[in-house]
Amino acid sequence: MSAPARQSRERTAYDVERVRADFPILAREVNGHPLAYLDNGASAQRPQSVIQAEARYYEHSHANVHRGVHTLSQEATAAYEAAREKVRAFVNAASEREVIFTRGTTESINLVAQSYARPRLKPGDEILVSWLEHHANIVPWQLVCQQTGAQLKVAPIDERGELRVAEFERLLSPRTRLVALAHVSNALGTILPVRELIAMARARSVPVLLDGAQAVPHLSVDVRDLDVDFYAFSSHKMYGPTGVGVLYGREALLESMPPWQGGGDMILTVTFEKTTYNALPHKFEAGTPNIAGVIGFGAAIDYLLGVGLERIAAYEHELLEYGTARLAAIAGLRLIGTARAKAALLSFVLDGVHAHDLGTILDADGIAVRTGHHCAMPVMDFFGVPATVRASLALYNTRAELDRLAAGVERARQVFR
Amino acid sequence: MDLRDLYRDVIVDHNRSPRNFGRLEPADAHAEGVNPLCGDRLDLYVTFDGERMRELRFEGKGCAISVASASLMTETLKGRTRAEAQRWFEAMHALLTRPDYQPTFDLGKLAALSGVREFPARVKCASLCWHTLNAALARSSQPVSTE
Repeated sequence: MSAPARQSRERTAYDVERVRADFPILAREVNGHPLAYLDNGASAQRPQSVIQAEARYYEHSHANVHRGVHTLSQEATAAYEAAREKVRAFVNAASEREVIFTRGTTESINLVAQSYARPRLKPGDEILVSWLEHHANIVPWQLVCQQTGAQLKVAPIDERGELRVAEFERLLSPRTRLVALAHVSNALGTILPVRELIAMARARSVPVLLDGAQAVPHLSVDVRDLDVDFYAFSSHKMYGPTGVGVLYGREALLESMPPWQGGGDMILTVTFEKTTYNALPHKFEAGTPNIAGVIGFGAAIDYLLGVGLERIAAYEHELLEYGTARLAAIAGLRLIGTARAKAALLSFVLDGVHAHDLGTILDADGIAVRTGHHCAMPVMDFFGVPATVRASLALYNTRAELDRLAAGVERARQVFR
Repeated sequence: MDLRDLYRDVIVDHNRSPRNFGRLEPADAHAEGVNPLCGDRLDLYVTFDGERMRELRFEGKGCAISVASASLMTETLKGRTRAEAQRWFEAMHALLTRPDYQPTFDLGKLAALSGVREFPARVKCASLCWHTLNAALARSSQPVSTE
């Protein structure tokens, strides 16, 4: 980690109670029990500072951005662009021109599919993904394959939920035009060895997109250090507002791509004969953006950096080890996804109890988990399960909450005994 | 919310030992039901004796509510007519969705599913088999969805 901003600002012990106090929603009860929010992989909660940043913007500075000479428009524009700089620094992009605001990871990936891949792909060309992908990193490529006659190739995984790296390399063919991979699997928590995989692709001049939605809340991401071409992620998984995401792209690639959507803000001049496009990043931001959301996202980044990314990662890893041990001790419980490098996520099934029933029983205890296929049906098929229960952890979760999870699972066993 | 209202003994029992579970071949009617939210799916097979359903069987994967509901449905409707099935469908739909619903006839063991309406996220689990039955009776071969 080179940037000084990402170094932990405090070296004191991690004070989870202090962190919890920053998140108003954690004080509420659900079904008569204190909320144990273990569904952070779906969407994390917001600290007060993010909520306040959005409210302050609406109360004080709201106007459209990049449009007016009046004071409010200038303030809104300054705050919006300040958030872009925070994102740039957060992922260590070379320039703010490489940071495109979108609606979320899904839109970021679709942008690359339609603006980068679609004009370039020819019949018989290949896009390589992995078996671990979220549907958002499968379906946009299937669409572009249908549009162009290209083929989708899938690199397999093993019983731990780790990518088979040798198979991945074998699948990199002379026809591979793009590699699109999860940085961290949303269903299993597997951290992919992306540095190694990017190097393999780069050696063959194949560009790489990483779906970083599940990585950014847990790992320090440095796009230049990774040498990645496109990096997509969402604000709401990292304690920011919903409806805001980012596409990082290498400037030269973004320059070479046509606009994806047309409208206001993405143009320089418009006549009925010819329109010239605005410069990066505005070329890809047609229409009025989610200004309040972007400003809130900037506050979320400030918050994460304030707590310290390395301290968060260390704390979450501790929680993961504790939770893994607690769950592994339960008879009939099978952890799905046991990768050696793993984010703080516990996906599991229980003998004789369907995930959906388990989810309801845990909810009665105030414990929020995700149940289902996690928008990763191929992963479920691989492990031969229709659904899993997923507890995805965040910087505010505690060992006590994992104890409650384990107790809830035991209770479910009693219900179905 | 009380879990005992949802997971009553008869539901736990029919989940553990589903009745009429398996394929029925040849079947006079068949439909596949899918609940995209949770990935539950079931295949329902029906044979007829005139207007009467001689046999109903189902197979598939699902949560306790969806399995028990299908098991109870097949047990209850065996030997009944299409018209009766329609009446049961309407009664079950009301039982699962309307808090004030009072059945106009004795629902038997199926009344155990009334607890589901306190758990809105689970109503689709209980109703999947009934929608699938409707599709089978319409002789549809298209998968139905509760979405």
